[in-house]
Amino acid sequence: MTDLDAFRAEIRAWLEENCPPEMREPVRGDDDLCWGGRKFQFKNEAQKLWLERCAAKGYTVPEWPTPYGGAGMNAAQAKIWREEMHRINARPPLSSFGIWMLGPALLKFGTEEQKVHYLNQIARGEIRWCQGYSEPGSGSDLVSLQTYGEDKGDHWVVNGQKIWTSYANKADWIFCLVRTDKANKYQGISFLLFDMESPGVSTKPILLISGNSPFCETFFDNVKVPKHQIVGELNRGWDVAKYLLGHEREMISGAGGNDRLNTIGAVLARSGLEDPVLRAELAMFDVDALAFSAMGEKFLDEIKVGKAHPAQPNMMKYAGTELNKRRYELLMAGGGSAALEWESEASDGGSRARAWLRTKANSIEGGTSEVMLNVIAKRILDLPGA
Amino acid sequence: MPLYHTDDQAMLADTARQFMAGEGAIAKQLRHWRDTNCKDGFGHGLWKQFAELGFTGILVDEADGGMGMGHVEAGIVLEEIGRNLTPSPFLTSSVMAATALGGASAELKGRYLPGLLAGDSVFAVAIDEGPKHRPERIATRAQRAGNGFSISGAKAFVVHGGSADMLVVAARTAGADDDADGITLFAVPKDAAGLSQDAVRLVDSSMATHVRLDNVAVDADAVIGEVDGGRELLGRMLNAGRVGAAAESVGVAGGAFDMTTTYLKQRKQFGRLIGEFQALQHRAAHLYSELEIARATVIKAQQLLDAGSDKADLMVSVAKAKAGKAAALAVKEGVQMHGGIGMTDEYDIGLYMKRDRALAEFMGDLHYHADRVARMSGY
Repeated sequence: MTDLDAFRAEIRAWLEENCPPEMREPVRGDDDLCWGGRKFQFKNEAQKLWLERCAAKGYTVPEWPTPYGGAGMNAAQAKIWREEMHRINARPPLSSFGIWMLGPALLKFGTEEQKVHYLNQIARGEIRWCQGYSEPGSGSDLVSLQTYGEDKGDHWVVNGQKIWTSYANKADWIFCLVRTDKANKYQGISFLLFDMESPGVSTKPILLISGNSPFCETFFDNVKVPKHQIVGELNRGWDVAKYLLGHEREMISGAGGNDRLNTIGAVLARSGLEDPVLRAELAMFDVDALAFSAMGEKFLDEIKVGKAHPAQPNMMKYAGTELNKRRYELLMAGGGSAALEWESEASDGGSRARAWLRTKANSIEGGTSEVMLNVIAKRILDLPGA
Repeated sequence: MPLYHTDDQAMLADTARQFMAGEGAIAKQLRHWRDTNCKDGFGHGLWKQFAELGFTGILVDEADGGMGMGHVEAGIVLEEIGRNLTPSPFLTSSVMAATALGGASAELKGRYLPGLLAGDSVFAVAIDEGPKHRPERIATRAQRAGNGFSISGAKAFVVHGGSADMLVVAARTAGADDDADGITLFAVPKDAAGLSQDAVRLVDSSMATHVRLDNVAVDADAVIGEVDGGRELLGRMLNAGRVGAAAESVGVAGGAFDMTTTYLKQRKQFGRLIGEFQALQHRAAHLYSELEIARATVIKAQQLLDAGSDKADLMVSVAKAKAGKAAALAVKEGVQMHGGIGMTDEYDIGLYMKRDRALAEFMGDLHYHADRVARMSGY
């Protein structure tokens, strides 16, 4: 028995004993996920227990070092962890922007003190984070952002407005791009962290075409941010942001996401599939979807050993989001008029139609498909003038 | 197993890359044999060199004198073959026939493998009976006669059939044309009485034959594997050919893509390099994305096949379909982005388009394999 076999046996036994049965049911929506944070309402006791048990072992962030709340797993061990979780259909104990986005940035750019403080909070699900990037006038052209932090000695005073801040109304803290030098475009932005309960912070949910409001407008009116709450160097926040965007794009791409092997053709076939042209489209889609699942696996394998091109997350984001939009177009077509239901209990409150509409943002948020293609052309293909 | 090459595999890739780019180059092989109207469409000298490098026995067990490697390694050679459009009987002989012979008696192995390993023999596979890949339907019949069998029927578009010393023939020894059971594989020597072939040159300058079998008498020891139970071995041979063709497609696509991006950085119009135009940049970037995904799918399928996984069947079809789709896009965009010069015979990009078209049909096209994915997924 190799060390990895022993490790697998240990993980399997631990999961068997500690993962509550309710946490082995498929995730039907954001609602079923545990996001953590000061305001979070656990859906049931099992969800709370699952988070606590995992957090105690460092399993909410298995690859982070143990002093920061992780389990210190290496790449091979983490793969086993994912496989064993997948084997019993275990839900992730904790989902958060802290894990996916801020955490990796802090691991790379944070001070030791910041790492110990913030990463442990993230790992235990105590603080829920949101991301303050886009502004009304700065979408794809993010670097033109105007939110300004005025230097007041031991703190900044931040004024401005962010938009498309995911779950800002539910978050405890924000990681935020703030201009700290008006003379320099790229090297005039700093990466600041602050409490959403700070005086002067307010949020306003945006009603979307899906009828839901996952995003907010976020306003800063003379918000005081102590100087030690900066990540990385002054005016070099763009480096942190770019690094973090890579992780965001990876996350939105769905790479490494759970069960993609259940082809949608098979899902729709259960309710009857009489249209041969639709069947053909589904088959073509499933080829692409299964192929992308292999790509996701390869991408993660290569990232672990530094073989992936640094701009590869842009390709993953592009391909993954375009695929997801196609998936939902087909799910709508397969569902027929039943998929149009907006409110009924049978449709789970119009979940399919709302999810379909939600996917349209996939290729906009975190960098549009067009921006992704620009980045691939420039950084990977090295095309002229790109 | 991680989805990238091990150090040993990377070394093999270096060897294959250098060899194909040098000895296997388009001017030296494809154009040469095409322009001299070669009846084989490939060079036997190059085939001997394949043998010297150990390529011909890459899928042959070490116990039988081969390299004892897997589909990942065979795919490495095929990707470079694709990139350089190197004509050779590697896919039919060293990948498909060798896979079938892996399930053959010691006697048959002894008869055919040494010639393959030495690069002296060429093999072909005679499965399909019409212009589309339909291995589910086999009407060619083999009946017991005397000590052996008498085979009658017709096979269509047998690649390298006319150059082959032996053809692996899939025939029916029991049941109706569409039955899964009742298939037997035979090793039929080229000079067997009653075997005749009409040669056809295909769009990519490769040679195929229409094979007629008219009471071809073979001994019982010409049976590869089991009588009536050949469907499983046929399936293995098909999987080897499909994932191999997918790897070659990825090479074809990569070669066309590299040519095209190089051209985008050289060609000027309106006083600018055409690669500066966003209309072309976005299409090139999309193509890059498709190629990366195809490459990942192919290595995944190769690994599953090498591991004997029960998911291999599904992923092999995904790989053949996806690689075909990506390669078709690569050659179409390649010709379009080259503009008028892409339509000339002088430029190589059109040769990539032709090879892609032939590879797409080989062992099932996108439509066939997408349908197969749907069936295996339960719809």
